[in-house]
Amino acid sequence: MTPTNFTINGNAVSVNANEDTPLLDVLRNHLGLVGTKFGCGLEQCGCCMVLIDGEPVKSCGKALSTVAGKTVLTIEGLGTPEHPHPLQAAFLDEQAGQCGYCLPGILISAKALLDHNPSPSRAEIAAALDDNICRCGSHIRILKAVEHAAAAMRAGAGR
Amino acid sequence: MSANIPLPPLLETNPRLDQWVKFAEPGKVTVSTGRVEIGQGVLTAMLQIAADELDVSPERIVLQTGDTDLTPNEGYTAGSQSIQYGGVALRLACAEVRAMFLDHAAARFGHERDELSVDDGAIARRGKPTGQDYWSLASEIDLSRHATAGTAPKSGNYREIGRDAARVDLAGKVFGAPSFVHDMIADGMIHARVVRQPQRGATIASIDEAAIRRAGKGAIDILRDGNFVAILGDDETTVDAAAAVAPGHVAWDGIDPINPGQEEARWLLQRPSIDRVLGPEPVNPAPGQARYEASFTRMHIAHASVGPSSALAVFKDGHLTVWSHTQGVYPLRAALARTLKLDPAHISVKHAQGPGCYGHNGADDAAADAAVIAMRRPGVPIRVRWRREDEFGFEPVSPAMVTTVRAALDDNGRPVDWTTEIWSGRHSSRPGGGGNLLAAEALPNPPPASPPADPPESNGGGGTRNGEPLYNFAAKRIVHHLVAETPVRTSSLRGLGATINVFAIESAIDELAERAGMDPVEYRLSILADPRAKAVVEHVARMADWQPGLSVGTGKGRGIGFAKYKNRAAYAAVVAEVEVDEAVRLTRVWCAADGGLIINPDGALNQLEGGIIQGASWALKEGVRLDAAGISSRDWESYPVLRFTEVPEVFCELVGATADLPPLGVGEASGGPTVAAIANAVAHALGTRLHDLPLTRERIMDALLKA
Repeated sequence: MTPTNFTINGNAVSVNANEDTPLLDVLRNHLGLVGTKFGCGLEQCGCCMVLIDGEPVKSCGKALSTVAGKTVLTIEGLGTPEHPHPLQAAFLDEQAGQCGYCLPGILISAKALLDHNPSPSRAEIAAALDDNICRCGSHIRILKAVEHAAAAMRAGAGR
Repeated sequence: MSANIPLPPLLETNPRLDQWVKFAEPGKVTVSTGRVEIGQGVLTAMLQIAADELDVSPERIVLQTGDTDLTPNEGYTAGSQSIQYGGVALRLACAEVRAMFLDHAAARFGHERDELSVDDGAIARRGKPTGQDYWSLASEIDLSRHATAGTAPKSGNYREIGRDAARVDLAGKVFGAPSFVHDMIADGMIHARVVRQPQRGATIASIDEAAIRRAGKGAIDILRDGNFVAILGDDETTVDAAAAVAPGHVAWDGIDPINPGQEEARWLLQRPSIDRVLGPEPVNPAPGQARYEASFTRMHIAHASVGPSSALAVFKDGHLTVWSHTQGVYPLRAALARTLKLDPAHISVKHAQGPGCYGHNGADDAAADAAVIAMRRPGVPIRVRWRREDEFGFEPVSPAMVTTVRAALDDNGRPVDWTTEIWSGRHSSRPGGGGNLLAAEALPNPPPASPPADPPESNGGGGTRNGEPLYNFAAKRIVHHLVAETPVRTSSLRGLGATINVFAIESAIDELAERAGMDPVEYRLSILADPRAKAVVEHVARMADWQPGLSVGTGKGRGIGFAKYKNRAAYAAVVAEVEVDEAVRLTRVWCAADGGLIINPDGALNQLEGGIIQGASWALKEGVRLDAAGISSRDWESYPVLRFTEVPEVFCELVGATADLPPLGVGEASGGPTVAAIANAVAHALGTRLHDLPLTRERIMDALLKA
């Protein structure tokens, strides 16, 4: 088995696993990054969203081989309690979540949006999050939190 | 300070004060609650309650939750009862503990009792430190004695209660820290998937183990006991690959095909049922008396938690430990003990968080799966995680229902005699007695099927929940048909029968208002006697700038819905605004709710908002689909829920939140009124009424063609 090399949250890694292993399993079971969640395994719910070279991708349906040489960002690489990403700060300010299981995927989708569009409208935010399911009904707070994060980033709080 | 408060039931069943509060560690207070976090923020609220009654900062509190080794037995965390009952019990226990310390300090140091107070755990006299605190005196006070409820909790001057406290568990989740049972990793852990018995009583004819192993492309272990089949392995990817094909390689005998037509609720009308009348016997209306009758239906609804159920279990040195996102660690322990023929003393069940829980989902079954496997692989930690398809296919669903309302009217068009007639499968099949666990049914010598039963009215009822309108009608009754057999397993889901009953009652009230030539808000106010009910209706009408007399059938509509959940929890009134062409677009929703004393206002609003979004999803999109084999809607495409581009703007306010009235559960209060408000808004927009949920494009087209 040839190791697969890629960058995860800024660090180079080499993973020894079958090349068709889902990236989600690589993250959770081989790299110990359990922040990214299994929701459906069907690429329908967005719980497993990560960024690959800046693009949001459902990691349950992405084979390890497809990330060779690429850069992957997961929720663990977004920010820390000491240095939160403005999105994380805004989600906590708004208390945007109930069970929180969907939040890592939603935060990643929101980051992809704000990286491309620093001033999204409410409708653009909703469209960017439409691949993410939240069953508890925290949508309104989540939409507000993304708006507030965008404003904070425009005002210079971004990294 | 003495209070004549009846001992709350939870203090009767968990009487020792040290079951609730301990001072084991210097500077820290250990507070225990049997309630568990299921996404509703209850841990944060319990922390606020304890901090306030003990006069300590929340940082000093170490909260223990849902653990058969550590916490009181509070049954299930369900029914919007955590604060109303569990919180009240904790509050009284904390108040009594604080008073014991002050009594003791007064006697021991010769202080006037009235001059003493507690400031962050330190005992002060006339506001000045005495040098004593909870921890210096703890060894002198016996908290093993029974609670008397002899000390009234604070009334006003709260420091924590009523504060918008941040959820204690949210930050970890936002930063991707391990937060859920799914994230727990034990040394030597084995991953497991269960191949589900397609129906109770089905028996395995043959298993093509070779084909399953080939698909796994790695080492797996296939465990079989009776009709229980599990795929085990240390590599989750391999186990998943094998599990994905396994259902196609197990042939079953003894399967009764079901009639997929049963996905629509009206089939219930033809089925054998257990019948009851609650309230006065029906009377024949007087000749010429105006009457109203209409019938409403709802399909089966899935919990559809965003993550599938999971559990971790290990059987080591004769003791079984199970981590589960169950709603009730003690009832689950009892059910496991029966299933495994193990003394409950040799089982620990520990709550670990899971994805949002809205009632009896697959959590207990996943825990039983893990426990059954762990018993057969001693010493090895077993983690079960259900497949998404199995969560949709095998979790208990909320039963399909039919609710018919009948009213006899007075000369002013107001009901004087009201009947709500309800047909429903059971709303409770929780484990506890040993049955009702999928793994138990698959093992040799399965327990007999539990007889159909519903939560009793003393607990809010199941199918009958909110079947009695709060309105001031002279005679009200419920006729309940508990349908004995359902095509699929059914149990509790947020709101239980209240969702359709409120939808039916509030739809009828709108039609009666129209007959009486009155505005829906005005009509409701004319038939409500309870001032708190009137207050939320008036408040939401103001919030929404409700205008009487808007034209009907313009494609735009507004509707109102109201209920007091279970007629004894929080009051909620909701106004919905829709635009309808072929499909419904929900644009804005307003909600006013009265939950009495609110511990965490932001937490309560979060729950009410969530109930509105979930209610909107039920109303517009949801219905479990069936085929001959059972539930066929096994993914998010065949079971769609409301998505981000479909959510309305939501405005939610608490009415009378600081009033020192007993706390009333809010977690399930907004769902029924939301469904009702949307249905009334759609009727207003279309000029014709839909009686069957969900209000999909197809149903709207049908209704318009018939109109």
